[in-house]
Amino acid sequence: MAGLATTLLLRQYDTNRAAGAKVWGTDMRMIRVFGTAAVLAGLLTTAASAQIKIGAIISITGPTAALGVGYKSAFATFPAEIGGKSVTYIVRDDAADASQAVTIAQRMIEEDHVDAIIGPTLTSADYAVQPIANAAKVPMIATAPIDYDPVKDPYTFSAVQPVALMIGAVVGDMAKRGVKTVAYIGYSDGFGDQVYDALQASAAKSGIEVVANERYARTDTSAEAQVLKAMTKKPDAVMIGGSGTPGALPDVALHRRGYKGLIYGNHGMVSPAFLRVGGAQVEGTIAVTGPVVVYDQLPDSNQSRAPSVVFMKALIEKVGPDAVSPFAGYSEDAFLLLQAAIPEALKTAQPGTEAFRVALRDSLEKTHDLVGTHGVYSMSPTNHNGMDDRARVLVQAVDGKWKLIQ
Amino acid sequence: MDNAILLALLQDGLTTGAIYLLLAVGLLIAFSVTRAIFIPQGDLVSFAALTLASMIGRHIPGTIWLLDSLCAAALALSLARGRLNAVIPYGLAPAVLTIATLAATRYGAPTAVSAVLSLGIVTALGPLLYRFAYEPLGEASVLALLIVSMALHFVLIGIALYCFGAEGVSTPALTDASFDIGSVTVSGQSLFVGLVCLAMVGALRWFSVRTLYGKALRAAASDRLGARLIGVDHVLSGRTAFALASFAAAVSGLLIAPITPLSYDTGFEIGLKGFVAAVIGGLASYPLAAAGALIVGTIESFSGFWASEYRNIIVFSLLIPVLIWLSLTRGNPEDRA
Repeated sequence: MAGLATTLLLRQYDTNRAAGAKVWGTDMRMIRVFGTAAVLAGLLTTAASAQIKIGAIISITGPTAALGVGYKSAFATFPAEIGGKSVTYIVRDDAADASQAVTIAQRMIEEDHVDAIIGPTLTSADYAVQPIANAAKVPMIATAPIDYDPVKDPYTFSAVQPVALMIGAVVGDMAKRGVKTVAYIGYSDGFGDQVYDALQASAAKSGIEVVANERYARTDTSAEAQVLKAMTKKPDAVMIGGSGTPGALPDVALHRRGYKGLIYGNHGMVSPAFLRVGGAQVEGTIAVTGPVVVYDQLPDSNQSRAPSVVFMKALIEKVGPDAVSPFAGYSEDAFLLLQAAIPEALKTAQPGTEAFRVALRDSLEKTHDLVGTHGVYSMSPTNHNGMDDRARVLVQAVDGKWKLIQ
Repeated sequence: MDNAILLALLQDGLTTGAIYLLLAVGLLIAFSVTRAIFIPQGDLVSFAALTLASMIGRHIPGTIWLLDSLCAAALALSLARGRLNAVIPYGLAPAVLTIATLAATRYGAPTAVSAVLSLGIVTALGPLLYRFAYEPLGEASVLALLIVSMALHFVLIGIALYCFGAEGVSTPALTDASFDIGSVTVSGQSLFVGLVCLAMVGALRWFSVRTLYGKALRAAASDRLGARLIGVDHVLSGRTAFALASFAAAVSGLLIAPITPLSYDTGFEIGLKGFVAAVIGGLASYPLAAAGALIVGTIESFSGFWASEYRNIIVFSLLIPVLIWLSLTRGNPEDRA
């Protein structure tokens, strides 16, 4: 009850401020009344039942909306209680804009007093939000691949496979199939660079030569020219560094141009929409992804099978069959990490306090062999992701479905 | 680089160039008659493709509800002013279109029928957008109209995201045929794009030279005050110009959807490239804009081959020399308007 009162009062205050009410002018009395009430309500809240608040920063609109919708859908399946405490999820949209993500993070920390943040879902936004979260000692579980030093930024965690780990699996498959040369066609943005760098590093180790580096934009209407250029190098394989449905653009063009070599994709491309758009013209494409995407094909020996099946069943029931995507799985894993760490933190402090957030961080860092939908997480002070080979599977587009390569 | 690649690049460039051509012509018509730069035209490209794709996927396209609500608002306003004959365009016509769309979606009409319906829905949106966003502004400056266009673009992008979701779509190709001419393979789809583009340009030419409406439109474009003095209805000519522009956008959307995945926000950039072409034509000359569109398409294709990372930079940088040239040769544009 008291919590509700605070929220209402804060919201009223926000509305006033947004409407441009003069805070230091004529409305001093109002402010005083609100202030006193808010303080009283605040005291009552902490005394009665502190609840856990988890913030989530997701790109639900903007250029990466297709991914963001997946991230968001998982929240429909999360329980309202962890360790006997009620949980509030505050989901906000950063419109794929790092500066908006920063504003949202600041508000979450200063006004909502969140105990942890899931996201942001965009690499650039993760980098921007990370310093704020660390300064305020709010544990943040990034749901996009980022590189960082956990010793320097101890409050940053990541629930996503590092790009190098994923691309390593792709290159491993190339080596197994005797590929000697590979051409790269990817986005002309940060994501394209990340995949390219990982490909180059990993290919060099396996003695595979990267013979072309062609780029296209997510909104381009044609990747024909890039495909033609790559094909002049006669590569044994082509690696695509796009994501979602625009990732199909070079794949389709390669098929149309009659390219006979192998076509590889990254983990940003594995979604039902990719296959729907590409149809028969992406047939045979091999890609890497987390186990959750092929949850119904996983062998019993795969540890992620059980949590993936449980999660996906719940998700499909709540959201629909199109919700099957790796991105929902990242939100779920971030949640699983928090769910496992919170009871331990509750032993030392109450939610809403700095002591709780510090304890939560310590507890997250002690995560050991937590089985998520994307793999198994084992953290340490120097590794705040802790995923290994178990976090990747290879799949192939066969008859309009992603088939697990055993 | 051998000849086969050169021809393939040229084919790719001319195909996208033809799409830009349609958009540039639409922009030019709308601009010359109303002085509004119809930026949201690009969004209508996405609207058309997404409408068709959702009908094929047996989902009722959200655009039909958008059209219906705009029509209802227009009908209410017209009736309030005692214009009873507004019932036919704003009441009857959308009702028929809605029923046809619902039936086509429900029973899975052939792609061609769905394509015609999508074309109808998106084309009808053009004049309605003009009715509500631009018309109330009357004789506002080019800059004010441009700002309205930008605002409208953001509104439409939001509506598209809400109606169709964030995932991209593509529609089945009309033909899988391809022809071998010498060393180069011409795909049926690019041939089709080229033919439709030619037919559209021919039809527009016929419309503007041979028909009374077309002549009125040209009159309004060359001298707005003069046209009004001799009895050309400026409201009607504005709406007709926007109908033509949105028709061009809808056709482009349906032509390009089988070639490339389109999502709710990709149309904007396609529209921008059409705008670059229109600027090359000085926002006045149709033949120059058409040439500009083909140049943009070809440069895009060749820069994709040689410097793929800088492709869009190269295309948009085309504007700089063109603008310098125009400002040196034309003088102050405000004098002309």
